[in-house]
Order: sequence, then structure tokens, then C-alpha cells
Amino acid sequence: MSTNENNERRDKAPAGEKIADWADGRLGIYSLAKSNMRKIFPDHWSFMLGEVCLYSFIIIILTGVYLTLFFHPSMNEVTYHGSYVPLQGQLMSEAFNSTMHISFDVRGGLLIRQIHHWAALIFLAAMFVHMMRVFFTGAFRKPREVNWLFGFLLFVLGMFTGFTGYSLPDDLLSGTGVRFMEGAVLSVPIVGTYLSFFLFGGEFPGGDFVARFYSIHILLLPGIMLGLVVGHLILVFYHKHTQFAGPGKTNNNVVGMPLLPVYMAKAGGFFFLVFGVIAAVAAIASINPIWAMGPYRPDMVSTGAQPDWYMGFSEGLIRFMPGWEINFWGHTLVLGVFIPLIIFPLVLVAIAVYPFIESWVTGDKREHHILDRPRNVPTRTAFGAAWISWYFVLLVGGGNDIWATHFHLSINSITWAVRVGFFVVPVLVFIATKRVCLGLQRRDKDKVLHGRESGIIKRLPHGEFVEIHEPLSQDALHTLTAHEQYEPAAIGATVDANGVERKVKGSQKLRAKLSEAYYGEESQIPKPTVEEYKEITSGHGHH
Amino acid sequence: MKKLSTRRRHPLAAVVVLLLALAAAGGAFSLLAPASKAQADESAQSLSIDEGKKLFAVGCASCHGTGGQGSSDGPSLVGVGAAAVDFQVGTGRMPAQQPGAQIPAKKVIYSQAEIDQLAAYIASLGAGPVIPTKNEYGPAGSDIAKGGELFRTNCAQCHNFTGKGGALTHGKFAPDLEGVAPKHIYEAMQTGPQNMPSFPDTTLSSKNKKDIIAYLDAVNGDDTESPGGLELGGLGPVSEGLFAWIFGLGALIAVAVWVAARTAKAKKS
Repeated sequence: MSTNENNERRDKAPAGEKIADWADGRLGIYSLAKSNMRKIFPDHWSFMLGEVCLYSFIIIILTGVYLTLFFHPSMNEVTYHGSYVPLQGQLMSEAFNSTMHISFDVRGGLLIRQIHHWAALIFLAAMFVHMMRVFFTGAFRKPREVNWLFGFLLFVLGMFTGFTGYSLPDDLLSGTGVRFMEGAVLSVPIVGTYLSFFLFGGEFPGGDFVARFYSIHILLLPGIMLGLVVGHLILVFYHKHTQFAGPGKTNNNVVGMPLLPVYMAKAGGFFFLVFGVIAAVAAIASINPIWAMGPYRPDMVSTGAQPDWYMGFSEGLIRFMPGWEINFWGHTLVLGVFIPLIIFPLVLVAIAVYPFIESWVTGDKREHHILDRPRNVPTRTAFGAAWISWYFVLLVGGGNDIWATHFHLSINSITWAVRVGFFVVPVLVFIATKRVCLGLQRRDKDKVLHGRESGIIKRLPHGEFVEIHEPLSQDALHTLTAHEQYEPAAIGATVDANGVERKVKGSQKLRAKLSEAYYGEESQIPKPTVEEYKEITSGHGHH
Repeated sequence: MKKLSTRRRHPLAAVVVLLLALAAAGGAFSLLAPASKAQADESAQSLSIDEGKKLFAVGCASCHGTGGQGSSDGPSLVGVGAAAVDFQVGTGRMPAQQPGAQIPAKKVIYSQAEIDQLAAYIASLGAGPVIPTKNEYGPAGSDIAKGGELFRTNCAQCHNFTGKGGALTHGKFAPDLEGVAPKHIYEAMQTGPQNMPSFPDTTLSSKNKKDIIAYLDAVNGDDTESPGGLELGGLGPVSEGLFAWIFGLGALIAVAVWVAARTAKAKKS
């Protein structure tokens, strides 16, 4: 091709190509797009939970920007003169006043406020469910442990971003929540009072905390979260998506549809569906009606003062804890508040560190891209279910007054039930879940070996009745037997042939014990072997 | 004088003297007796006290004692006043169905006339708060915003921000105030029924009580608007969280399942 011809062709290029060429020359997006446009994503509804999180996060940012245009993060005292009659003439902070203004006098303000708040509740709920999906399918295993921690951090930061946002309107409910937090900070031995004075710029409530929480709520925490979200997504791209076992799916491939055009269209459409659902919820149901709660004053309090759901478990911890305190030498150690403050992070950390414990027990250093069915990993599934039940017990404790009034129970009985349940329920749920998993494994084995119960009863010539079992398809057989089963790790002989004792570390013994608990005879049903299958299906009749 | 003295033996003289004496005595009584016990009222009052006593003997005496002096099953009613009776019986709390942590409101079984008779009887046992007049609890001249402030200071810690109710210890509770008649709210504040503290006029003036009633009517009345949509019980974050999980996330998961079920079909080559 001569230079001349080349020039001619370039002159005739359509406008779109010219723009693309111009952009590629400066941004180098062609090679990036070429390598990523055909990125494959597998199809499963539960893989879209993370998308729900992402989209609700975007919705929160968009609506939050709108709210900042009208919100005044100040605690200066003003008199209310807005359109809500039952508060007219009341003294309140400028923060509360401007939130009232947004709710009643800014066009679309209340809807945007409600979308923002509902989206926050749904964002955290979606993160919770997404995290549990990743947990129960074992998607946190190598190489995704770091991404699991990113996700966990997003959940924790989301909690605190939510809490600081909930506190901004300076209404009676959120003010009580901030007071609760102040109490928790004060309970820290030695430094508690200093921390509290530092945080509030003096005695509670002072005139600073709304402005400070505002910076934290709109800048600091969302900034970190945005960074983590980007990192989380980059890692999802880099690791490629996991998939469930099935015919044609291996640890080295991803079976699904390409990012462009299929997933771009799907994801784009799904964003609008998420936005639509959240907007519909916000248009239908009221959330945080600050006009009904009134402005915060430290001498007022209301019953039914709970935090938003994601902080509810901390409320539960404080509500069921007996009010112990120790006094010595004129100092008070408020264990009734301090112990819950210690347990609060432990509840969260328990689920966060689990992947590392599991990988230590299995000693498995390989990469895993095929997901587990929860039943095939009974110990992990039982642990996850136990943790959820633990969390739920605390939520019940946090809402004990609402439970009492709506189920006509004594609040004291509920509190005692939560105290006992805190220790007992997770254990019972662990045992029950493990047994259910084993039962499901037996059922799978039965299906593989004997086929599906068809419900058709056949009478044989000599009068015997039998149910016809239909053999499973090859695909189904593969799916049911694709999982890998670990052997419990044994320590081996501690004394060698010459009678010399080998030193075994305590940690090794613990690991062997845990491994036995995970993968011993009691903890998994051996999956059917090819021999078993052949023997049974080779014409010995029905079983 | 002669005229009078000549007729002193008249057969009707005694009758005239008797009439004069009665008129004098009656006149003196009507002048000297307390104004509140005017003649006509007196008879009606004593009649309703009698009727109230009969009703009391049938419906209340088994717990409160035949003279309202109380027993192991119910407190003494001496000095509780008519307002307490009007509240307890007028909201159906009394007569109680069964003992328990707290006697709940239920169907009212006495007519207002009977309640008034019972109230008159109890009031006759000892002085106590009287039934408020419409002037005292009516909406005229009340300050809603002030009432809100007073409600949040004195009432919300048990009854919730807008009077939706809340839990107390050992199965006791502060009831929902929606649909409670203004008169009964006034009486409850005045008398402090069951587990509620009383707010006599020395603590919370009659005007303050009226403000609180007006506030409750504004935020928890029959025609209260909820600007944000469904109130979800007005209970705060617990019901909001439940709603977000069930209807918010529930709908989103349903949508996700729907989208995932409609996958792109590979082209047949």
C-alpha cells in the first residue's frame, strides 16, 4: 500500500472512526477495550447482588450531592418559620432547620431525601446479602481473599457512613443515637473522657459535631469507599468471575456472555431497574420523618429510639448487657457499656477472618474459580448460618421494645431470651445446619445412584409395587458430583521407626483436630464413585 | 295588732304559723347553705350517687371493696376523683377482665350516664380531680408547637415521638394515643392511671395539657397527613429496616432473578 493510497483512504473515513482514532491516539483505549470487551461473565441471579450494591451506592452519591446543595451543617440556633405547622416557632439547629426546609420547601427535596435514606438501608442490606453469597459459595478462597477484605471494609465503612449521615439532621432520634455513641466512647477506661471531648469539641453535644460528621459523611468515608469500590471492581476483572460447577465449566475457564454488548446492556438496564425500585420504595414509604421527631435537645428522649438496621446489632449488645460497673479509688469502669463496645467489632471480625481460618485448616494453596454448593461444605455453611443467627439475635435485642409491644411480651423476658440466645442459638443453628447439609448430601448421592423419584408407581406381574426412578442426565450427574472432597489432615506417626519422638507443635495438633472436624466421617458424606454408580446401574434392578 | 290578736284562735292559725316558720327556715337555709349545693342540684347529685353506689356494688366492689376502700385485688378509690373514674371506665379499662401487668383498654360497657353516676359516687368518697370541661381540653386557643415541645419533654420517653406507644418493664406498656378522646388524654395526665405518673395542674397547667392534646391531634389524629408516604407504624428505624429488607431488597432480588432468567441466546451457526 503506497502512502498516497493510504492518505486517500484516511480522507474518506467516516466521522465516528475519525473521533475514535483521535481518542485512541491520545488515550490508548483501543487495546484496553479490545482485551476487555469480550470479558466473559457467567449468568446467575446471585452474581447480580454485587451490582445492586454498586448501583445503590451510585444512587446514594447522586442524591447526596443534591442534598448538599440545601443542607447547612451548622448547629447555630434558629427559630423555625417553615411550612410545617406543629414546629413553627420552635428553636432548633440550623442543620435541623435546613433538613425541614429540604423536606417541605425544596422542590423534590423530600423524595430525594427519602431515596437517599432508603438507598442507604438497601445498600447495606445488599452488601450483607452479597457478602453472604460470597461466603456460602466459597468465593472468598484464593485468589480472592483480598477482595473479600475490601468488601468487608466497604460494609463496615458503609455502616459508619450511614451512622454519620443519620446523625446530620440533628433530630431527636439521631441526637439520641449520638448520645449513645458518646456514652460508648466515655466508657473506654482512662482515655474515654478525652476522646469524647476531642470528638465533640467539648462537653456533649457542643456546637461542632454536625459540621464534623458532615465532613466525615460526605468526604472522608465516601472517598475511601469509592476507592475501595474501584479496587474491588478491578480485582473482579483481574480475577475473572467465579462460576458454579456444571458441564463444560472448569477451574480454568469462564462460561457466560461477553461484557460487550450483552453485559453492558444488561448491567445498564439493571441500573435503571434498581433506581426504579428504590425510587418507588421512597415514593411509597416514609423514612426518618424528622418533623415528627422534632429537634434534638439533650433533655428530651423518645421510646423506640433505635439506630438504622445495620447498627441495630450494637443496640442489641447494649440492651441485653447487664448494667455492671466497678468503682475503685473514685474511678468508675462501666462494664455494662464497655463490654458491648469490645464485642461490637468482634462480631464483625468473626466473619471477616473466617476465610483465613479455613485456608489454614485445609492448607489448600490452589486457586479456586468453581463455587461450592453450600451443602457440600457443611462446616463452613453451618458457621455462616450460626453467625447470621447470632447477628439476628442481636437485632432482636436491639428492637426488644418493639417486639414487646407488638407481640404482647414482657421486655424483660425478651432481654433474658436474648442473653441466653446470644450463647445458645448460634450453637444450635450450627448443629442443625450441619445436619441439614449432610442430609442434602445424602439426597444428592441417592439421586446420583438411583435416579430421580418419578412419582410413577408400577405394579409388577407378581404383585409387587415399585416406584420408577428416572436416571439423571449426564449433565446433572456431573453437576452433582463435580465437587471436591478434602481428606482430614493427619499429623502422622509421632514416633518414627527408631522410636525417636517427633516434635509436634500445638498449632499443628489444633489444625489436625479442626481438619478432622471439617472433613472427618461425621462431617461429609463421601460422594458416589464411578464404581458404585456402575455397579448399581448395571442391571441389578431397582433398589 | 288587734286584728291579729282576735284571730289567734282561728282554726287555720296553726297552719299559717307553720307555713311562716317553714318559709323562714327554708329562706335562711337557702341563704346560708353553700352555693354549690343548691336545692335542685342536691337532689340530682344524691340520686346519681345512689345510682352510682348500686352500679359500684355490682361491677366494682368485688375488687375495690364494698365501700371503695380497696382490697388485695384492687386499690382504694377514696380520693381518686371523678376524672379517674371517667378515664378508667370511659376507656373500657375498668371493669378489668383479668389481673395482669397492665389493664388494657377494651370495649366500653357502661353508658356515659352510668359512668357519670359511678364517678359521682367515687367523688363522694373523697375529694379528687373532677372531669374536665370541653373548655379545658378543647382545641380553642392551644399552641401546637408548644404542645410538641412539652410532649417530647414529658411524654415521648414512654409514648414515642408522636404517641405511638412503647414498652415498659415486665409486660407493662405505654399505649398508642391514636384515637384516644381529648377528654381521656386530659384525665390521664391529671390522674396518672396505672403505670403513668400524674401531671396535676401544679406540674403541667391546664393550658399545657390543652397544648399537648392539640399537638397529638395534629401529629397522630384521624386526619393527620404523612408527607413522606406510608408511615410504617411511626415506630422509627425498626420498621423501616424491616421494610427495606422485605420490600426494597426483596423486590431487587426478584428483579435480579428475572433479569438473570432472560439470558442472551447464542446464535446458531
